[in-house]
Amino acid sequence: MSAAILTHGKFTMETPAPVPVMAPAVVPAAEEPAEAVALPPPMRRHTPLVERYGDEIAEFFRQLIPVVFGLALFVVAWAIISQSSTLPGPVKTWHSAVQVFGDPFYRKGPNDQGIGWNILNSLGRVGIGFGLAALIGIPLGFMIGRFRFLSNMTSPIVSLLRPVSPLAWLPIGLLVFKAANPAAIWVIFISSIWPMIINTAAGVREVPQDYLNVAKVLNLSEWKVFTRILFPAVLPFMLTGIRLAIGVAWLVIVAAEMLTGGVGIGFWVWDEWNNLNVEHIIIAIFTVGIVGLLLEQALMLLARRFEYR
Amino acid sequence: MDKFVSVEQANMAFKTKQGSFIALKDINVSLREGEFVTLIGHSGCGKSTLLNMVAGLLQPTSGVLLCAGREIAGPGPDRGVVFQNHSLLPWLTCAQNVHLAVERVFGATESKAQLKGRTLKALELVQLGHAADKRPNEISGGMKQRVGIARALSMEPKVLLLDEPFGALDALTRAHLQDELLKIVAKTGSTVLMVTHDVDEAVLLSDRIVMMTNGPAATVGDIVEVDLARPRQRLALVNDHRYHQLRGRVLEFLYQKQLRPAA
Repeated sequence: MSAAILTHGKFTMETPAPVPVMAPAVVPAAEEPAEAVALPPPMRRHTPLVERYGDEIAEFFRQLIPVVFGLALFVVAWAIISQSSTLPGPVKTWHSAVQVFGDPFYRKGPNDQGIGWNILNSLGRVGIGFGLAALIGIPLGFMIGRFRFLSNMTSPIVSLLRPVSPLAWLPIGLLVFKAANPAAIWVIFISSIWPMIINTAAGVREVPQDYLNVAKVLNLSEWKVFTRILFPAVLPFMLTGIRLAIGVAWLVIVAAEMLTGGVGIGFWVWDEWNNLNVEHIIIAIFTVGIVGLLLEQALMLLARRFEYR
Repeated sequence: MDKFVSVEQANMAFKTKQGSFIALKDINVSLREGEFVTLIGHSGCGKSTLLNMVAGLLQPTSGVLLCAGREIAGPGPDRGVVFQNHSLLPWLTCAQNVHLAVERVFGATESKAQLKGRTLKALELVQLGHAADKRPNEISGGMKQRVGIARALSMEPKVLLLDEPFGALDALTRAHLQDELLKIVAKTGSTVLMVTHDVDEAVLLSDRIVMMTNGPAATVGDIVEVDLARPRQRLALVNDHRYHQLRGRVLEFLYQKQLRPAA
């Protein structure tokens, strides 16, 4: 129906003589382009916006109202708690945030930089650590899923190391790399590689036998099997692994940077705690949350692109 | 050639926890070139196992399988298989699904344009030229099955193997596709081995019906020659005396001699 409206709208715009607003139904049929002949009479064009999209608007508000209500309740609770403690209230924090985000990219020495730099530095570490983990974890997952021997070989190691708290790896990183920044990247790497290995391997194991039978009866080459069957079949699983991994990586970066220092959102939190600037800590918490949410949503969007059936 | 495809003294046993399970015993079947043979039997009698052996997906425990004078050692493009559940790759369009097969068989010897032509020709053969760029989830179950047939036929196989290709379809679509298959086979002259559990389908389509006994250790119970003239018309056969005689023979075998005790 909306397509019909659009087509008709296009038609009226292209017509040299404007169609009478009140009586569009009397347009001579001969003037209509062939494709538009079958369309319903264009009376709906004049129905008010609310009537035409009434259901959509109502649905939008039905979904929006609880969200707004929840956020409002949260802010009110926060304000009440801040009244009876040293915690800064929403208004104070908001003013501080306006200031912080007003100049996100200043540099006043190695330990005093704008929030923009802090976020970008943290994202950079996550990007490198996570990227390396993907580069190793995804092919490894494919091999573990494909070859039972490899799977049996690696499964005890993976099961043993996966539940280890990411920060426990930090001393090893510091020892090996003898520098804070690579150590932080190492922690991101080691904590985000497991979900990718495990999900990719599971995906390879779950490839429907039907598809593999097709590969067999068509006698496809190993390369074709990989590019046309294995990879597309595993892709959704892989993206789940990536999504989980980036979630973990972003969780861990704050803690890692608190310990390693340098420019980054985690270090910023710790620094502001030392300055007793609690507003900034709260701003950092929201910032971390929002960036994490955006990363997650972006990957969800990507994953939806590769869903079949 | 009298024995274009032949199965000689084939046995099939599967290893289970309770020991060896004999699925098929002393199977002897052969197909002439251009012949349409159906395998019919109760579910679990191993007719799909036998088809998979001819396809090369399973190796017999003992016995010999031959296709065009050569032993069947594994799957090959000389035998096109259509599975019950269409098995189209959902991330490829109908044309790409067919192209995968075409490319494999003719990719080394023909130009890209020729390959594309073959793909379209195969789709047009099953009357799906218009759906070439659609993905499997955008078309109906009957259409998917037709793409599966197009994919198998596009390889120009010596033998077409159909594993209950219409089993998952509703009765009307099934009848329609049976008629289509009759026309396609008449046009291409393919040798066909088809697994079915539908008596009418078997009599309508086949030159011979191979009826299998119940498992375990299933074997060929009897073979019915379907001597109805071609081209066959579904409606004309409704009142055909010979058709009902043949149908009766198959039913008698399935429901009197081989009635499943616990079915």
